[in-house]
Formats: sequence, C-alpha cells, structure tokens
Amino acid sequence: MRILLVEDDPTVRSFIVKGLRETGHVVEEADNGKDGLFLAVSENFDIVILDRMLPGGIDGLRILETLRAQNNAMPVLLLSALADVDERVAGLKAGGDDYMTKPFAFSELLARVEALARRGSAEQAPQTRLVVADLEMDLLSRTVKRGNEKIDLQPREFRLLEFLMRHAGQVVTRTMLLERVWDYHFDPQTNVIDVHVSRLRQKVDKPFDTALIHTIRNAGYILRAE
Amino acid sequence: MTPKFAARFPRAWLWWQRAWRFRSAGLGFSLAYGLIFALSAALFLSLLWWHTNGLLERQVEQAVDADARSLAEHWMQDGLPGLIRTIQDRLDLDVEDEALYLLVGPNGKILAGNMPAWPTRVKRIDRYYSQTILRAGTRATSEVHAYVFPGGFRLLVGRDVRGRDLLRRLLTDTFLWAWLMVTALAIGGAWVVRGIFRRILGSIARTTAAIARGDMRERMPIVGNEVDLVAHTVNDMLDRIARLMDGVKQVSNAIAHDLRTPITRARTGLEDASLHAKTTEEMHAAIDRAVADLDHVTAVFEALMRIAQIEAGARRAAFEMCDLTKPLHDMAELYEATAEERGIHLAADLPDHLAFYGDARLIQQGVANLLDNAIKFAPSDTMITLKASTEDSQVRISVSDQGPGMSDEDLSRASERFFRADAARNTPGAGLGLSLVQAVAQLHSGRLLLESRHPGLRAALLLPVTQGKKSITQASSDAHPVES
Repeated sequence: MRILLVEDDPTVRSFIVKGLRETGHVVEEADNGKDGLFLAVSENFDIVILDRMLPGGIDGLRILETLRAQNNAMPVLLLSALADVDERVAGLKAGGDDYMTKPFAFSELLARVEALARRGSAEQAPQTRLVVADLEMDLLSRTVKRGNEKIDLQPREFRLLEFLMRHAGQVVTRTMLLERVWDYHFDPQTNVIDVHVSRLRQKVDKPFDTALIHTIRNAGYILRAE
Repeated sequence: MTPKFAARFPRAWLWWQRAWRFRSAGLGFSLAYGLIFALSAALFLSLLWWHTNGLLERQVEQAVDADARSLAEHWMQDGLPGLIRTIQDRLDLDVEDEALYLLVGPNGKILAGNMPAWPTRVKRIDRYYSQTILRAGTRATSEVHAYVFPGGFRLLVGRDVRGRDLLRRLLTDTFLWAWLMVTALAIGGAWVVRGIFRRILGSIARTTAAIARGDMRERMPIVGNEVDLVAHTVNDMLDRIARLMDGVKQVSNAIAHDLRTPITRARTGLEDASLHAKTTEEMHAAIDRAVADLDHVTAVFEALMRIAQIEAGARRAAFEMCDLTKPLHDMAELYEATAEERGIHLAADLPDHLAFYGDARLIQQGVANLLDNAIKFAPSDTMITLKASTEDSQVRISVSDQGPGMSDEDLSRASERFFRADAARNTPGAGLGLSLVQAVAQLHSGRLLLESRHPGLRAALLLPVTQGKKSITQASSDAHPVES
C-alpha cells in the first residue's frame, strides 16, 4: 500500500515509517503541513496518516478539509495528541475516517491502517453473506453456520463475529472492537473485550477441529482460515 | 441639560464626572434615601399647613357670614334703629374684642360700629378683604366683608384675626422645625444605611480579598438576612474553586507519586537492560515491561485529564434528553461476561424507560467504573446488582455487591483522587475510578453515595432529572407550536 505520513515529530515519524516499511508498505513522509498538503493533493495514496498539530501554518484539519473540499475520498487516519471527545468529533466531522490518540501502540496503528485501507473495497457493495473458510454468516436471516452446524449467537456476539469476519485476515485490536461493536470511546480497565471474544470462541471454535479466531500478542485478534 | 452644563463649565463637568465615578454605591443609596425622606416630609407638612390654615380662614368667614345674616334679619324686623341697637349690643357683649362693625348711611356718615372710617379699598360685596387696622393703639389684621342694605346703607362686618395669625405663625414655626428635625433624622438614617451597606459589601470584599491572597478557608458569614443569598452563592462558588484547587494540588501530588513511580520503574528497567542485558530476549523483555509501565502512565494521565475536563463542566454542551435504559443495559451486558468468568452473577434491574437529561455516555462510563470496581472486589459465587429507578424526580442508579465492603473511614475518602483502600493496594488500578464517577455525578448536579451493606458495598448515583426540565419544555414547545 502507498501510505502518506504527515507528522512533525522526527522520532514518531521514523518509528511509524520503519514499522510500516517492515510490514511491506510504501511510505511517503512530510514533516509539515504545507508539504503534506502538496503531497496529498498531487499524488494518490491508499491511506493518509495525518497529525493534527503541524508546523508550517497548515494544520492537519486544514489539510483534511482541503482534501474533502476537492472531493478527494482518500481514507484519512488522524493521529493526534488531542484526545478530548470534542476533538475526536471535530476530526471525524472534518472528514477523518478514523481517529487515534497519542501515545499509541504501533500494532494498533497498523491494525487501523489496514482496516481502513481494505474498507474501501470490502464495504462498497452491500453484502448479504460473509464467508471465511467453513464459517458462513447470513446477514439477512442473521444466522451463522459452520460446516453444516448452526451456531446460536447472542445479538452482541453476532455483531462481534460480523466485525471480525468483515475484517477477516486483518488484525483487529481491542480498542477497535470496543469502538465499533460497542460504540464506547473509553478504556475499561478490565479485560472485558477478551472475555467476550473468548465466549465467542467457545461457540465458534471450540466444537470444531480448527480454530478461526486467533490472538495476536500485544495487538488483538485476527480471524483467518488456517 | 447636562451637555449644556458640560459645554459651559467643562472643568466642573470633568470634576463632577470623576467625583461621581468614585462615589460609593452606599453613599448614593443613602443620599437618595435621605433626599426622598426629606422631600416627602416637606410635602406632608406643607399639606398639613395649607389645610389647617384654610380651616381657620373658613371658620372666620363662616362667623362673619352668620353675623351678617342675623344683622340683616334685625334690619328686616326693626329697621335701621334696630340694626344700630343690635350692633351696639354686640359690641358691648364682645368680651374678646374681636368683632368689627361699621354701618354707614348713604351719605357716608357713620351710624354705628367700632371702626374709625370705611376703608377705601373695600368696594365690592362678594369677597373678603384683609385689612390692617389700628386698635387700641396697635396694628392688627382683620378680615372684613361688606354688605349693602336697601336705601344706600352699607354694613361692614369683620373679625380681628390677630389670634389666627398668631396660631398660623406658631404652626409654621412648628412645622419648619419638625421638617428640620426630619431632615436631620433622614441624614442620620442615610448614614446608618450607608454603614449597613458598607458592612455588607465589606464582608464580601474581605472574604474575596482573603481568597485572593490565597486563604481558601475564608467564607462569608451567614447572618440570617437577605445578604445570605449572596453569601451562599459566593460560598458555593468558593467551595467549588477550593475543590478545583484541591484537585490541582492532588493531581500534582499524584503526578509526583503515582506517575513518577512507573516512570522510574520504566527508566530503571531500560537502563538496567542497556547496561546488563546479555541476550536479545532479556532486552526485549525489559523493553516490554517498560512499555507496559508507560502505558500505565498514559492511562492514569488520560483518566486525570478526563476527570479534570468533566469537573470543569466543559462536557455540559453534550447534554440532551435521553433514555438511559439501553445504555445501562449495554453496560450490564458488556460486564456480564467478565463477571461470569469470575463466577459472579450480574443482575440488571432496569425499568423500561428512564428519561434523563444529561450525557448518557458519561453516565455509562461512570457506571462502567462502578461495575468494574464491584467485579474487582466481589468474591466468586456472589451477586452484583445494577439497579436503576426514578424516584422523586431523581434518577437513582446503584451498583451493589456482596464483597468485603469498605470501612467508614475509607468510604469518606473513596472518591478522592488516587485514594486506594489498604485492601485494594494489590489490585490493579490507580484509584481514579470513583473520582471519575464523582465528577460525572457533579457535572449532572447529582451525588455519589457509598454505603456499606454488611456485607458488600452499594454505590449509588443520584442524579436530578429536573435540571433539564426547562429545556425539555422548550424543545417540545418548539417542536409543536401551539395551535390556536
């Protein structure tokens, strides 16, 4: 993937660039708003990672607004130290697709970047069926089958599995699950998400030979067929 | 009027303006009071004076009129000689020497009476004349009225009004003195009022000055009058400022202690690894530990920021009418799994509808913290109940557990930032959960109640529903315009 990173702090920038290159992405970087805006409008990227507070007179929100004003639909992930709910809302309202606050774990950033980049292709056509290996989900009748066996899920478990299946093959972090499945934007201190995932595993993986839901250490979960 | 004055005397105008600006409100108040008092006293006394005076005057006129009427009757009955005789009789009988008579013939000859001559001024018969006369060598004022009889005879009837004048003068003097006294009293009263005013403002000024100097314990005295309205408001405000200041102090203490500890740990670990690590594994392990420590720092920091933000009331903009049932249900559902994993049963007792004005997300977060605590401390095979109800226009959300509970001493300190009961030292957490719940409650003008239940603890959020009533009615009236 071609990724544009606009970030003024050199340490953070080189950390992200290194991490993304290691995972096989092509990264362009800018250390101020002006260059960032220039790169963003002149070239095509699969995703833009944008810091909000930038030197050079143009901050992240301005870049984002300019892009959206030009009908540029490139996925943009805002990465900012401004963590207030109001700031998040401002960022998302300006056209951001996701919002991450500093400090952050690279695994979280990577998971979100990949989820964002794939989203464009995955969610364009309205889907009625999701299939991963022998696991099938019918979104219309809201039924789940694995092999020939029907799996009974609680509504929330269904949404959790749906999210995992929509992002099959990608790492999904606990925070992402909390935000997207439960719509909570705060950090519960206990391992609430882990427990829900392990419950889901009991139903989806336990009775079968192969496990589909895998735990990625220090990051989150991944649903994949192997 | 003032601009003309200003144009004519620019310097005087300037002086007046400057003087006015420094004039105290108390002085203005008391001056106005004194002025109004003196003016009303003057008005009242003048009215009294006019009235009494008029009464006296009318009395004289009535007496003269009655006298003249009876004389006319004598004229009708006995003719001129009878009239002259009657006048003589009357003059003889007039002990007080007040009556004045004069009867003149058509040729101007005096026929009877005690006046030396017909006053030249007296020409008309339809009004009273005030006449200065000489009587027994002294000047006196009199009130006279002229009457005309057939045949050209003219009669003058009058009264010596020396007595009335004396009385009038006495009255005037008395009233004048009375007015002076009243004015003096008004000025004195104004002074007293000003003093009271100064004292009231003085106590506010003293208190706020003390606060400004940094003595946060100073409060306005409650004296039991209307000033208490201000005093209460000011005191409430000061309490809140003090709380915020305390918060800042606590946060800096906490940063000194609770944040430095993990930072120190991370630093030590990294330095140790850098100096002594033999293998890559050891290095990685040390780094991971440091990252975990720093994550903890971040979490504490974020919780603090959040509490500070909530306490400052900035989130009130997000208040709206909402139904709390679903958010609370979701919360119970989210934590149910965790509770079950620990062998704790989580029961939710929620009404079908729970109308509330506020920020549902914050309430959710507060409840999440309460549930978190309950699950953390409750032993297995016990029950945690999340209960919500509306009573007396209050939403009451309670989380009760059957855990070890807290001692009374700990209860009173539980919502302080970074406070951790001794029993909780070994559990994960930073001691910020209840602070946040407390802040959420306060933002919604509510309270957090912690009660021991032996066994267990009940944490209840009491939130008034009514604070949003005005906006509810406003919103509904906006949505449905009244049709006539």
